[in-house]
Amino acid sequence: MRPASESELADLIAGRTSPVIPCGGDTRPIGLPSAGKKFYLGNLNRVTQYEPGALTLVAEAGTPLKTIFEILNEKGQMLPFEPVDYRGLLESSGEPTIGGMVATNSSGPRRVKVGACRDYVIGLRFVDGEGNIIKSGGRVMKNVTGYDLTKLLTGSFGTLGIITEVALKVLPAPTHAAVLLIEGLPEKLALEVLNRSLNSPFEVSGAAHLCSGVDGHPVTMIRLEGFQSSVMYRAEELSKYFEDTVSITVETDSERIREGWKYIRDVGPFQNRKGDVWKIITKPNEALSLVKGLRESIDIEVFYDWAGNLIWALVHEGTNLRDYLQGLNGHATLIRASDDNKSHLEVFHQQSIMELELKKRLKHKFDPGNILNQGMIL
Amino acid sequence: MEMPSSNNSIINDKDRLIGLFNQILSPNSVISDPYETKAYECDGLTAYKCPPLAVLLPRTTEEVSEILKICHEEKVPVIPRGAGTSLSGGALPTSDSVILGTSRLNNILDLDIENRMVRVQTGVTNLSVTEAVENEGFFYAPDPSSQLVCTIAGNIAMNSGGAHCLKYGVTTNNLLGVKIVLMDGSIMELGGEYLDSGGLDLLGVVCGSEGQLGIVTEAVLKIIPKPEGARPILLGFDSNVIAGNCVSDIIGEGILPVAIEFMDRLCIRACEDFVGAGYPDVEALLIVEVEGSAKEIDEQLDRIKVIASRHNPVAMKESKSDKESKLIWLGRKSAFGAMGRINDYMCLDGTIPVSRLPDVLEGISSLSEKYGLAVANVFHAGDGNLHPLILFNANQEGELEKCESLGADILNLCVDLGGCLSGEHGVGVEKRDLMTNQFSRQDLEIQMRVKDVFDPDWLLNPAKVFPLEISMERRLN
Repeated sequence: MRPASESELADLIAGRTSPVIPCGGDTRPIGLPSAGKKFYLGNLNRVTQYEPGALTLVAEAGTPLKTIFEILNEKGQMLPFEPVDYRGLLESSGEPTIGGMVATNSSGPRRVKVGACRDYVIGLRFVDGEGNIIKSGGRVMKNVTGYDLTKLLTGSFGTLGIITEVALKVLPAPTHAAVLLIEGLPEKLALEVLNRSLNSPFEVSGAAHLCSGVDGHPVTMIRLEGFQSSVMYRAEELSKYFEDTVSITVETDSERIREGWKYIRDVGPFQNRKGDVWKIITKPNEALSLVKGLRESIDIEVFYDWAGNLIWALVHEGTNLRDYLQGLNGHATLIRASDDNKSHLEVFHQQSIMELELKKRLKHKFDPGNILNQGMIL
Repeated sequence: MEMPSSNNSIINDKDRLIGLFNQILSPNSVISDPYETKAYECDGLTAYKCPPLAVLLPRTTEEVSEILKICHEEKVPVIPRGAGTSLSGGALPTSDSVILGTSRLNNILDLDIENRMVRVQTGVTNLSVTEAVENEGFFYAPDPSSQLVCTIAGNIAMNSGGAHCLKYGVTTNNLLGVKIVLMDGSIMELGGEYLDSGGLDLLGVVCGSEGQLGIVTEAVLKIIPKPEGARPILLGFDSNVIAGNCVSDIIGEGILPVAIEFMDRLCIRACEDFVGAGYPDVEALLIVEVEGSAKEIDEQLDRIKVIASRHNPVAMKESKSDKESKLIWLGRKSAFGAMGRINDYMCLDGTIPVSRLPDVLEGISSLSEKYGLAVANVFHAGDGNLHPLILFNANQEGELEKCESLGADILNLCVDLGGCLSGEHGVGVEKRDLMTNQFSRQDLEIQMRVKDVFDPDWLLNPAKVFPLEISMERRLN
């Protein structure tokens, strides 16, 4: 189905009892595959409002992200949280949409400084499971009027409602960037360097470590962004923290910097590689012991983003990583696997029975007939 | 403003209920003497008052759970209260309710500097979080004007902001996890000591739910490294409208100051009299603060001065020292207090898109004339969060009603301009009945269904947020 408008979508959903799969560009097949008819939002593709001076942008859910990027670029602004483009990793095609980005709460490397996608969604409209058109939040940066359903819908993977329009806070894009590159660090030292950088006043906007970079050697990457003189000043000051112990190169070529962080953002190291891909979220200073423990038990390859808050892991197909993550302070999501393995291993992390019960009751209030992305999360 | 009629059977049963609470709480945790409960009859919105049946001051999450089990069983309404600084009546009791105060849940449980987070009991004050980590070079970003006394519990309930949230976000953007007690006494953790909780974002909906979904007893807060330095500049203009245009230009040109604050002449003079902050006597004043190293600060201020110069400023004054900066902020943060010295006032909290600042300021000025009540303006201009202060005489018959009516007109103007009723103070009782101007019945129905899930009997802070008539069926069930 390709509804022409929000109201047509609402009419199609009202009274419907058979299952529905909301779809943007179909580029993020992350959750458990759900039975049902796909509802494509591609016709809802207008940018309804963009006010650079107010740092806000409102667009219909099916608007391609590339359109959004073009519009923002023209005014020197950006979506600060760097949404992931999953096409390479998940071998999907099509155009990622702003609705899909919000439904999956997708954030990349800059999340560590500026916050997640959910921190920039200031309002949205959606059609609930009964075909009601609901709006939550608004179009202003600060808003505490009523419950924050916007947060609840963001990252709900289309299970509570079909998002039809989103309002986002945007930020000025940095004019310059520099990356401190350190080669050959053992993981322990690398994570220490990344966290020390994040704990400095120099506003680090990317903190990643590849155990095996493109040339096969470990590389640690620390990004600084802003006006040119400020970036250079901070690169110099931050280098002083470490220059006694490690050798640092400062990369300032904007194209190389962009490509480097895109590689991290889009899980480049595990593209075109066989195996299941997991996303593990944990406390930075627990990341290393966690990975060490995993290595003792299974074949695993990892790299770190968000200074170790985020661990990307590649394992043999069908490995139940969660068996080895008992007591994990955080959660693990199975991002890439065969449908069989997804349903057998479960995509999303188990939660307490109480939390699950609450979530089921919420789902029932938004979608009493359980027609929206049946079984995807709950 | 109307409050729901009280349930007399609860009031008549007071002694037995107090007995039950005394059994489960440590000594001196129950206040029930009518002379003492009077201290809890209102919060920062002093126009409305009603002493509660009793005040309960638990010391542990388990005590909170026991209290809620009793109230759940006995169907006693519970009013959560932090420091009682709400400006929207978020902690206003009814006579058949008990207040559950967080003031004794006041321990900082874990300072995890290495991972940039702290775990606290929620009765700690906002400022004490920053005080606990500042020697390590960190701070907790949300900074409501009441930060000296207001609690993290209240901040989470109202999703509080402050002057510096233009850059750092409000409470929800700085909250990683909570321990929450639901109305049936069950205890659960949402989120935790890491970024991004998985699955549905229950943490996101709990934050800002005005104490209606559960009692948050512990919080994991994100802390941020202190910048090397910060310094404000004062920009004075001949009119509010010109100042509004200047704000829009600064942001549009790619500069993101940490704060852009606005004050009009009425407010400037009151603050000057109160703290002597060194403000120029102008029609409209902007306080713009930037951060970084000394050189970075100079550069950003230079850019801002260039932009401001295009708007014919009548005053431009950079702070030259930490002492001067502190004084400038003391003046701004004392604005409400300073106004209170010269007049009764009602403080509003609407938000509008920054680009509509000139329109809203003109609109407020003509409404003020129409009602014959003066309005002073002091607000967070960078994110369009207004705090018009309506001056009135509380002792004059009918003046409060007139003031409320002007307030409603101003907030509806904000909604008409694409904004909202509340940017950071919350709906409480104050804006409850205006909610239908911003939301459809259907929008509110689904919000109320969220409360149904967490608190099916509608016992937690029941008569807030939603217009009484549309929540009536649920409350009386």
